[in-house]
Amino acid sequence: MSYRNDPYDPKQAALLDPSALEAAVADAKAAFAAAADLDALGALKPAHLGDRSPVSLARREIGSLPPAAKSDAGKRVNLARQAVQAAFDERLAELEVERASHVLIEERVDVTLPWDRRPRGARHPITTLMEHMGDLFAGMGYDVVEGPELELEWANFDALNIGPDNPVRGTMDTFYVDLPGLVMRTHTSPGQVRTMLTRQPPIYVVCPGRTYRSDELDATHSPVFHQIEGLVVDEGITMAHLRGTLDHFAKAMFGPDARTRWRPHYFPFTEPSAEFDVWFQHHRDGPRWVEWGGCGMVNPKVLVACGIDPDRYSGFAFGMGVDRTLMFRNGVGDMRDLVEGDARFTVNFGMSV
Amino acid sequence: MRTSLSWLRDYVSLPASSTAAELDEALTNLGMEVESIVDQAATVQGDLVVGRVLTIEELTGFKKPIRFCTVDVGKDAPQEIVCGARNFAEGDLVVVILPGGELPGGFKIGARKTYGRNSNGMICSSAELGLSGDHSGIIVLPAGSGVPGADARPLVGLDDVVVDVEITPDRGYQMSLRGLARELSYAFEAAYTDPALISAADGTTDVPHPVVVEDTVGCDRFSARVVRGIDPNAPSPEWMQRRLVAAGIRTISLPVDITNYLMLELGQPMHVFDLNRISGPLVVRRSRPGEKLTTLDGVARVLDAEDMVICDDTGPISLAAVMGGETSEWQPDTVDVLLEAAHWDPVMVGRTARRHKLFSEAAKRWERGVDPSLTLVALERAVQILTAHAGGTVAAEVLDLDHRAAPRPILLDPALPAQRVGVPYPADQVGELLERVGCTVTGNNPLEVTPPTWRPDLVAPIDLVEEVARLAGYNNIPSLLPPARGGTGITAAQRRRRTVGRAMAENGYVEVLSYPFVAPALADALGYAVDDPRRSAVRLTNPLSEEEPLLRTSLLAPLLGVTVQRNLSRGLRDLALFEIGTVFLPSGTTAVPPVMGVDRRPTPAEWKQANEFVPAQPWHLAAVLTGEIAPSGWWGPGRAAIWADAVSAARIALSAAGIADSRVSVAAAAETPWHPGRCAAVSVDGTVVGYAGELHPAVVSALDLPKRTCAMELDLSAIPAAPVVQGIRIASFPPALIDVALVLDRSVPAAEVSSALAGGAGELLESVALFDVYESDQLGEGKRSLAYKLTFRAPDRTLTSEEALAARDAAVAAVASQFGATLRGA
Repeated sequence: MSYRNDPYDPKQAALLDPSALEAAVADAKAAFAAAADLDALGALKPAHLGDRSPVSLARREIGSLPPAAKSDAGKRVNLARQAVQAAFDERLAELEVERASHVLIEERVDVTLPWDRRPRGARHPITTLMEHMGDLFAGMGYDVVEGPELELEWANFDALNIGPDNPVRGTMDTFYVDLPGLVMRTHTSPGQVRTMLTRQPPIYVVCPGRTYRSDELDATHSPVFHQIEGLVVDEGITMAHLRGTLDHFAKAMFGPDARTRWRPHYFPFTEPSAEFDVWFQHHRDGPRWVEWGGCGMVNPKVLVACGIDPDRYSGFAFGMGVDRTLMFRNGVGDMRDLVEGDARFTVNFGMSV
Repeated sequence: MRTSLSWLRDYVSLPASSTAAELDEALTNLGMEVESIVDQAATVQGDLVVGRVLTIEELTGFKKPIRFCTVDVGKDAPQEIVCGARNFAEGDLVVVILPGGELPGGFKIGARKTYGRNSNGMICSSAELGLSGDHSGIIVLPAGSGVPGADARPLVGLDDVVVDVEITPDRGYQMSLRGLARELSYAFEAAYTDPALISAADGTTDVPHPVVVEDTVGCDRFSARVVRGIDPNAPSPEWMQRRLVAAGIRTISLPVDITNYLMLELGQPMHVFDLNRISGPLVVRRSRPGEKLTTLDGVARVLDAEDMVICDDTGPISLAAVMGGETSEWQPDTVDVLLEAAHWDPVMVGRTARRHKLFSEAAKRWERGVDPSLTLVALERAVQILTAHAGGTVAAEVLDLDHRAAPRPILLDPALPAQRVGVPYPADQVGELLERVGCTVTGNNPLEVTPPTWRPDLVAPIDLVEEVARLAGYNNIPSLLPPARGGTGITAAQRRRRTVGRAMAENGYVEVLSYPFVAPALADALGYAVDDPRRSAVRLTNPLSEEEPLLRTSLLAPLLGVTVQRNLSRGLRDLALFEIGTVFLPSGTTAVPPVMGVDRRPTPAEWKQANEFVPAQPWHLAAVLTGEIAPSGWWGPGRAAIWADAVSAARIALSAAGIADSRVSVAAAAETPWHPGRCAAVSVDGTVVGYAGELHPAVVSALDLPKRTCAMELDLSAIPAAPVVQGIRIASFPPALIDVALVLDRSVPAAEVSSALAGGAGELLESVALFDVYESDQLGEGKRSLAYKLTFRAPDRTLTSEEALAARDAAVAAVASQFGATLRGA
């Protein structure tokens, strides 16, 4: 059925009346607003925007108007239709947001449920602490070197001016093996010897590693422990450089408020020699001086045994216990926990120390 | 070295106000380790007062005589005290500890009923107060020395402070009051009196007793004097006993106490012989093979040819410098004594002490060095004290066999201390400081420095540098960083161990450290064949445990044998452990490394040769898995670790070590301690670098491990260096994905099928992924189906389906020709 050629019908033309159009727009707005969800809104669409909706019917009546009135009426109808469409779109957007948020609410889960389906591993704190120390010195321009744990007696003792009668060479301190001329290294100092025999000054190295002494295992001793050795041989090296280096090391390990002191001591491989204490603010038994390691100026006899001219070069060396550092720095109370291999001890430290 | 502060004050005028903390700091900065500084006044707690004995009532009928006393202790009423001692009378002044007090050793004093009487406190002996070894009776104070109720501590010496320091092995002179006081005089800028500066009788031509020193290297000075007719019952004076007890030395008898006292005072160990128990002249010599001596401790000792002995006609009567013998020793009835003060070779004494495990106070001093100039002074002091308290006649003859070498001056560049220490010490300060420690300094440049006789440790210029730094104060040395020189940081091998360790941890493995000491029986438990090279291990000659004398040749041995079991025994069930460490592989040689001196650098040939004797110590990585690798939870059941996890761990490690997957191959192997059907050899570029899989059931059973425990061990040192990784061009064209299911004999390893597919597919193949393994009788007897996803891609175009299919066909054809595979469903 076509209306195009319908004769003018005043009743129909009444739809173009401004008040009628306003009413149609208001009806549509009210209806859309009342739509509770997207389905209800969709159901309302034909009645207000469809072919038989008031604004569509009004558009058809334009043809029945006299030419002079057409343009005016056209504008009115268009405005009305745009208003209805806008009202629909607005409500549609509102309801879509509403539905989206409703979905998100329905999809809510308990995010506190555990999901440790793949247990985390961990690295031993001795390993990570030695790496930390090595990195610190690498950053100061040192090389990180190492040597064998089963070591030449000459490198572990003789070359370090530890003569054949020194009590530390006794079986109370040193592990000997069924191979003559070899010992389990009692310190990382043979790393010094190996370095000086294989390179020329300037030498700036640290040597972290495992060391052995024939002590029974108890809360503070272990036959297997770890040290980091430092060695600098260069022209014009003094005890002041040694102190500066140890101060820097202490601050890096124990925080900027770490203070140091040293006490004259005796080691065959250094002279002058000192033991080195650090003021540890965060000790679990309260702030205190903690003995940290030994150090000194490389004994000229050691330089000679390693073929370095003691008149041209001087150097310093130091050695710190890594286990000991871990014990007071990280509040580890019992040496046994470090070496017995209980997984829980490692897991506690995670990936860093 | 332990001593009372009051004794030290005899020789050094310490400020009266100096505190324990100041003393501690001074001793520490002088290079001594302060073990303790104990205020004696605090060792007896509560009221320790002077008492006057008013009445004594003898109680009888008990096992021993007992006295019930009333004592005036300055209170309104006399104190009733029961006492077992008898060496006092009514009217005597005694030392009383009142109820509520505590004696050394935690002995608390209360009011109590004993022997039927009330006893309110205790009358004290010297031993009970920790002052001396005198148990013979209570202390009777001199009349008029105090009033009842007054603090008794100052009257008995309990107002003193006891200092205990540890001396470094180079400074023997500090092991005496003489040396300690001298050191403190530097720290406190205090006046010092050398107790050795007394006039002592010189050696005489006639000798008090004939002595021959045959070995003047072992004994470069031997002095002796004789005193006859002493009172054998004369006790040591109270002051001497107190000082010895405070020093931790037991009091024995007057002559022995005197030698100990002078050893503390001067640092000169001495020996006292009973002159009447020596037969014939004394001979000082090395021991002869097979000679024996029963020392004072009752031990019969076989002597070594290096030991020095003092002999008489009967043979050795004293192990020189270390311990006397039973036959010649002072006895309670000794009236004629020969006092000996000698100077012994420190190296000889150290060796003898260690050989016979006799670490006497004398031996400790000899090893550290004793002033050789003291023998006559010590003898003079000894005869003075002895005759003062025990009478007797001193023989006019003095023996002094002196073979000492004259001290040699050290030439010191006065600039050296500044050059080595970093403090600009002026030359005159260097001289002053060295003179302060007793050196004689002459000359200008160089300084000619002659060390004092008590400083045998000063032999080289650097020794003098240390003295200058020490006296000027270590803590006055500035703190200065040396200039950076540009290093290379960590090595590639170190970087590799870090990355591997991190990768293992990130994949759920927990790093542990095991002792490298293993039991020989572990080799059997692990099922090593008799000729397995891992059985050849370095053996500790002095292991802590005889059970575990071998050094590990594999990381798994101690990890499985000890560490895993320890974790299981502590209740851990699901374990994924790893360890990175060295193993010790003996080279098999029993030859001895070349002897290298220390007066020069070893030649490159010597150094190389020496290192050939050092067993190889490669770094290994090992992992052990037991229990669940993925735990059960609310999401569902967990998953037990299987052989494949161990193989995967090896791949993870190799990948972290910078080795591309394409260079890694896995093949079935039969290595111990693994299950022969579940063991994979892991290779890089075709060279085996380790094994992984499930452990052999017999190993699991022998080590009492959970069933199906899996393990992996790689030789990290055998993995080739990581190459510089080259970038690849990323193709932006789409891939073509084609699945193929191949039916093959079950015995054909999947890894070989994958590589055959890859080889056949050609350059267009991007990846091969096995996504299904299916076994069914319907496939045919002993067959299985392996389903692969093949991804093809060209860098320059979108592949046509014809191209992709042709590549797939080529891949399948390769597998078909190599392994007789057929396409499933074809």
